Amino acid sequence: MREIRIPVTRVEGHGLITVHLDGGGRVREARFHVTEARGFERFCQGRTVWEMPGITARICGICPVSHLLASAKAGDAILAVRPPRPADKLRRLMNLGQYIQSHALSFFHLSSPDLLLGWDADPAKRNVLGLAAERPQLALDGIRLRAFGQEIIAALGERRVHPAWAVPGGVRSPLSPEARDRLAAKLPEARRIATDALELYEKSVPAWAEEVETFGNFPSLFMSLVTPEGLWEHHDGRLRFVDSDRRIVADGLDPSRYFEFIGEAVEGWSYLKFPYWRPLGYPEGMYRVGPLARLNCCDRIGTPLADEALRRFRESAGGKAVTSSFHYHWARLIEIVAAIERAALYLEDPEVLSSRVRAEAGVNELSGVGVHEAPRGTLLHHYEVDETGVIVRANLIVSTGHNNLAMNRTVAQIAERYLQGKKKIPEGLLNRLEGGIRAYDPCLSCSVHAAGRMPLRVVLLGPEGEVLDEVVRDP
Amino acid sequence: MISLRIDDTPVQAEPGETILQAARRAGIRIPTLCFLESLSPRGACRICLVEIRNWNGRLVPACATPAQEGLDVVAHSDRLTALRRTILELLFAERNHICAFCVSSGHCELQDLATELGMDHVTFPYRFPALSVDLSHPKFGLDPNRCVLCGRCVRACAEVEGAFTWGFSGRGVGTLVEPDLGGPWAKSPTCTGCGKCVQACPVGALFEKGKATSEQVKRPEILAEVTERRPRA
Repeated sequence: MREIRIPVTRVEGHGLITVHLDGGGRVREARFHVTEARGFERFCQGRTVWEMPGITARICGICPVSHLLASAKAGDAILAVRPPRPADKLRRLMNLGQYIQSHALSFFHLSSPDLLLGWDADPAKRNVLGLAAERPQLALDGIRLRAFGQEIIAALGERRVHPAWAVPGGVRSPLSPEARDRLAAKLPEARRIATDALELYEKSVPAWAEEVETFGNFPSLFMSLVTPEGLWEHHDGRLRFVDSDRRIVADGLDPSRYFEFIGEAVEGWSYLKFPYWRPLGYPEGMYRVGPLARLNCCDRIGTPLADEALRRFRESAGGKAVTSSFHYHWARLIEIVAAIERAALYLEDPEVLSSRVRAEAGVNELSGVGVHEAPRGTLLHHYEVDETGVIVRANLIVSTGHNNLAMNRTVAQIAERYLQGKKKIPEGLLNRLEGGIRAYDPCLSCSVHAAGRMPLRVVLLGPEGEVLDEVVRDP
Repeated sequence: MISLRIDDTPVQAEPGETILQAARRAGIRIPTLCFLESLSPRGACRICLVEIRNWNGRLVPACATPAQEGLDVVAHSDRLTALRRTILELLFAERNHICAFCVSSGHCELQDLATELGMDHVTFPYRFPALSVDLSHPKFGLDPNRCVLCGRCVRACAEVEGAFTWGFSGRGVGTLVEPDLGGPWAKSPTCTGCGKCVQACPVGALFEKGKATSEQVKRPEILAEVTERRPRA
């Protein structure tokens, strides 16, 4: 067996890809290894449930808001309270800000250099600075849009990164009228940037036919939260699974009983676990989460511009599920539009200024699950506490983990297409493998609760495990 | 009146006053941690160390050393800053002081001292002791991970509330503050639940339950207010 190893850049964390060849030089298997462990689940033990949002937000600097909110929701469950309605709206508003900033980062800063400057462009230029030289308006738009998302977060949590604002039972403080007006004034520009980017993407789809075909195009299940009415949801609701024909496989699943339908497999070569849909077993129970899954699962989004974009998105797949992971990018852009439209509704709602934002209570349940749709997909925090509220056990299932099987399938598909029997890693394979991973916008820091920047290594291994070739790129 | 010099400034003190009290009245700031107005001085933390020039440069805690005629006190020097910073580093290395999600972050005397004395990192290896949080009390929590063993809670409970709930157990670095002869706090037969210990605590070791990261703001000055208002015999 031969193996190719490729390190991955412009994603959050550390990674290694190995491509294993059979005796005939064909790709037998490709593995996306996550090579670091951090141990959050262990060191949360012994801390108080009230501290957990502050602790888990530190897992990641890109989407601390998601951990903050999922953790606060697990805390709600342990206190057995429902946060006051204004608190729920404010948490949602912060999450929409998070979608805008995180999706803008993924599309404009991390991925658009590949899409717009080309896969074979010089790696030194194929980044956001190269983009700024080539398409200054687009790069500037991306930076502005991300800043708008961060401004929403900062207006609520007093800081852009790691705001310790959501707490078990609600949130700490409402929005001030001044902050609301300042944010509302910036909505039109954000809407313009988001719809422009979406239009650019839709126009370019025909030119990306090969990538759409090979960057993780395969049937799978999709999982996301939907509202009780089946609408797009990002903070609460019930879990739905659909298949590649967009047929509902399961609906109305209680996220707090996730362990009944989601299993977690472990492989010796990665610190990232492999969740699967139990009824189909491992690894057949592969499912995808995140923007692509949310758009495949929901009946509709519920706001006009986003629903119109969703219609075009679905038309591209003949009404079935969009199965190419390349179109995570498309789904992300549609979600930015959706997030801006939703944020506009909350900013018009006087309740976001209410000071009734926190339900106080003691420990009333010994176990609590918080589920939430992070930008990258469904995020679960599950805590067990003792009678006094000290954490006895914490289990975190993060978005990138759910996509683990699909990411492995994606790198295998790309390796097969571009390796074509070669025993050396061809130019361009590294870029495309990275791009394939990047489509998922994985956050390896979160997924293994790991720290650090992410150089990607790709190693090509022969039938006996001998190293045939190796390519490394440091970020 | 007693006449002495602090940082080359002539200062007057009443008989029985400490160097710290004389300095404060003269507007000279000496950093402190275990000292709290209205509680008896303990000299436990040594942050307020000053140097006595005419005692051969001997180091004494300003909070627990009486002002004496003719003393030539140095309260600020590179040597003292280095010593105070080392003491702080040892305090940080001894327990698990994790500001990032501590309830007292932003309102913490230990954190403020680190800023004031320019302690930007800890040069000693951390001990990472495994200590458990006691949340058994209905209103308050005790987290020995954050404790600096200043004993302000012990003195507040004994000297102001008169309950004598808190005490030290163990020796040296393994010393713990414990209610009565050992927790859990909820089982303490002497605790009145008054919360003076929480207000006296300079760090996040004692806190009000339900407070999340950075939410615990304390009012240690209430102890002096309470004692001042008391009718004197």
